[in-house]
Amino acid sequence: MNDGDSKAKKVERRAIDIVHQGLSKRYRAERRFKLYGLAAILMSLLCLAILFISIVGNGYRAFQQTYVELEVFFDPVFFDQENLSTADYGGLVKSTLRKMFTEVKGRSAKRELYKLISPGAAFQLREMVLKDPDIMGKNIYVWVPADDDVDMLLKGYFNTEVAETSRRLSDQQLAWIEQLREQGKIEKRFNKTFFTAGDSREPELAGIWGAAVGSFFTLLVTLLLSFPIGVAAAVYLEEFAPKNRWTDLIEVNINNLAAVPSIVFGLLGLAVFLNFFGFPRSAPLVGGMVLTLMTLPIIIIASRAALQSVPPSIREGALGVGASKMQMVLHHVLPLALPGMLTGTIIGMARALGETAPLLMIGMVAFIVDIPGGFTDPATVLPVQIYLWADSPERAFVERTSAAIMVLLAFLMLMNAAAIVLRKKFEKRW
Amino acid sequence: MSPATILAVLLILSSVAYYLGRRRAFAVANQAGGIRYLHSRPTYYGALTALWCGIPALLLFGLWIAFEDKIITNLVVSGLPQAIRALPENRLHLVVNDIKNLVSGNIVAGEVTATIQAAADHYRNLKAISNAALAVGVLSLGIVGTGVVRSRIRSTLRARNLVEQLIKYLLIACSCLAVLTTIGIVLSVLYESLRFFEAVPIKEFLFGLKWSPQMAIRADQVGSSGAFGAIPVFLGTFLISAIAMLVAVPIGLMSAIYLAEYANRRFRDIAKPLLEILAGIPTVVYGFFAAITVAPFVRSLGFTLGLDVSSESALAAGLVMGIMIIPFVSSLSDDVINAVPQALRDGAYSLGATRSETIKQVVLPAALPGIVGSILLAVSRAIGETMIVVMAAGLAANLTLNPFKTVTTVTVQIVTLLIGDQEFDSPKTLAAFALGLVLFVVTLLLNVIALHVVRRYREQYE
Repeated sequence: MNDGDSKAKKVERRAIDIVHQGLSKRYRAERRFKLYGLAAILMSLLCLAILFISIVGNGYRAFQQTYVELEVFFDPVFFDQENLSTADYGGLVKSTLRKMFTEVKGRSAKRELYKLISPGAAFQLREMVLKDPDIMGKNIYVWVPADDDVDMLLKGYFNTEVAETSRRLSDQQLAWIEQLREQGKIEKRFNKTFFTAGDSREPELAGIWGAAVGSFFTLLVTLLLSFPIGVAAAVYLEEFAPKNRWTDLIEVNINNLAAVPSIVFGLLGLAVFLNFFGFPRSAPLVGGMVLTLMTLPIIIIASRAALQSVPPSIREGALGVGASKMQMVLHHVLPLALPGMLTGTIIGMARALGETAPLLMIGMVAFIVDIPGGFTDPATVLPVQIYLWADSPERAFVERTSAAIMVLLAFLMLMNAAAIVLRKKFEKRW
Repeated sequence: MSPATILAVLLILSSVAYYLGRRRAFAVANQAGGIRYLHSRPTYYGALTALWCGIPALLLFGLWIAFEDKIITNLVVSGLPQAIRALPENRLHLVVNDIKNLVSGNIVAGEVTATIQAAADHYRNLKAISNAALAVGVLSLGIVGTGVVRSRIRSTLRARNLVEQLIKYLLIACSCLAVLTTIGIVLSVLYESLRFFEAVPIKEFLFGLKWSPQMAIRADQVGSSGAFGAIPVFLGTFLISAIAMLVAVPIGLMSAIYLAEYANRRFRDIAKPLLEILAGIPTVVYGFFAAITVAPFVRSLGFTLGLDVSSESALAAGLVMGIMIIPFVSSLSDDVINAVPQALRDGAYSLGATRSETIKQVVLPAALPGIVGSILLAVSRAIGETMIVVMAAGLAANLTLNPFKTVTTVTVQIVTLLIGDQEFDSPKTLAAFALGLVLFVVTLLLNVIALHVVRRYREQYE
């Protein structure tokens, strides 16, 4: 036997040697792979961070707005005592400006001067007079919003290096602004208009309140329709439905609807609600109905999960003491599953709040200045307002779009936080 | 009475019906010799009365509201002079629009003639009559329902069973809404698409190479020939989705692998919700981000590299869409990877495999069907995504696969064709529905395949 020979050979080339040979390479591959994974996560978190930074960076200044102090003499010659609301308030603003800059002569120079002040100043003076007609004939200091170009200049977005002809503010206007600044008559203040006004073509007068109210009405319709219907559908499918072809069909349908692109629901709303039934365009009622169809699958799926998590012992206990099946469900199972259903509903509502595309289809993109007062008034919603402002060419709208996004995201975070709190508070381990 | 008040009154009426029914039950019980001789508890008699008061009236209300406008419009149209009624359909539609605008006090496009004014008054009259009729109809139906049920209350009436039966029918009706929605989508989109295919042959739509959806108002207009070949649109959708998937699949998959296999509990608890935030951000925000931040960045980057990048490049929209889709890929893949039994991993470790080798050669092949399913779901999400491309991609339908050029997508075209005033007989508007049909069918197919794949795979290890 040549045991010794083969042993010697084995000593030369044992399997472990081959393993050892490749080991460092394999460990390197291992470390590389792990690094790729970490890099992927960090990459997506980085994207998230960039997204937030770019939006906050673009938008935080929108919460301030530049105001100019005017010393307005409410000269009675401007007013028709009979009808105060029709006076020439624009003329009043202009004459005030002329008095502040007495050296300005010539039509075009004056026109440039007037451009420093927002057209909203006239409305502000009108409000003041209507509120208190006694200010007639008095000298009053009023802070009025500056034009959006002036606002941009003070916020440092304005490049004064560019040639005068391709700038939105001329050298003369810059000099006036500088003069105002030296006199302390121009300053940045909290932008209340942004939270109280409706849409406007003038960035300094545009606000999100109209869109927020529209969102509120739309979501209210969505909630009132989708929560009862969603819960009812989930209860039927989970507790009562026999296993047959029809219920299978319903289930497949719900799962598929959850993944249908939202814009298709908009097409449905346009063709069925607007064209077939003749409901009004741009109305929160129709928007809410479309969003209901979209959020129903989410609510149904969450509610079924909540019902499934209620242990069978509760059902058997109820049935055991003589409850009917409906009593068992309504008195015992449903109350226990309700927190889970509410969580799902809040998440569905958050989805509906951020949804834009289907609402574009049913005409909620109109330019609407008035604050909607009901379910059938023309309205727009926050995300659509963001879309509309994002399309506007003025630099000041970029800032306001970002600010509106911040408000929208704040609402979404609030809703999601509520859902998490609800889940934590009522989560039961059976 | 406005419809909202009618509803409110109906609500009050049915709560009154509840008390009436309950009181009647008590009275009947006292006659029979005590409450124990009632078949059900008194509240069920109340509930039965309230349901029979409310439900038929509500049904009438819903049907009335749904068809009121159509019927009134038809009546008004039939009341118009012969000369106007003889107009072609689209002109007639404009006249009707004018009348409606006049009624609601909006600005009227055409001039207000005496006939239009008369028609508007007619419309207003009919509307008032209809409202009054609705109020009378709904409320009397509610009262009749209450009366009938109340008069039938006996101690032997099986009120509980009847109420439960009614509730069950309500539940069934609610669960059928999902099917109705699907049918509604299919029918509405299909119907308009068929009208579109009457004007434009389906072959030309599916295989044509030129997309320029305009229709001439006059026959001799310059550039009057609209072209409805959707291949450039499909190609644009494909290009942007492909870019998105190139971003989302590697990042999402590697994130899922790291989270499932490497990360400790603490890291996982922090990173996973953060990733999910990406899925919760509204798409309009991504669209703004793409248009304001990413597109200029891509453009200037391309410029420094000497490339000619369009300011609405497919690349920018695709990149941002990819970021949006990362969490879809990662969370689904995460679930799938976690569902792979530990025994498979242990087997591989015991043979001396490193972790990454185990993942690459054991876990991923085992999880592959599920991962493919999640990627398919993500693709369907990318194809159907609207706001990012509406805000960051262009309108020009270029037949190109160059990511630096502007392309357009199905969803962008649907939005641009349907925003604003539309007439429902021009192929331009109907084209949007044909595109919608394609979108619906494609995403549906992807979803069905994906769900099928995922489900079949899950059963393997359970």
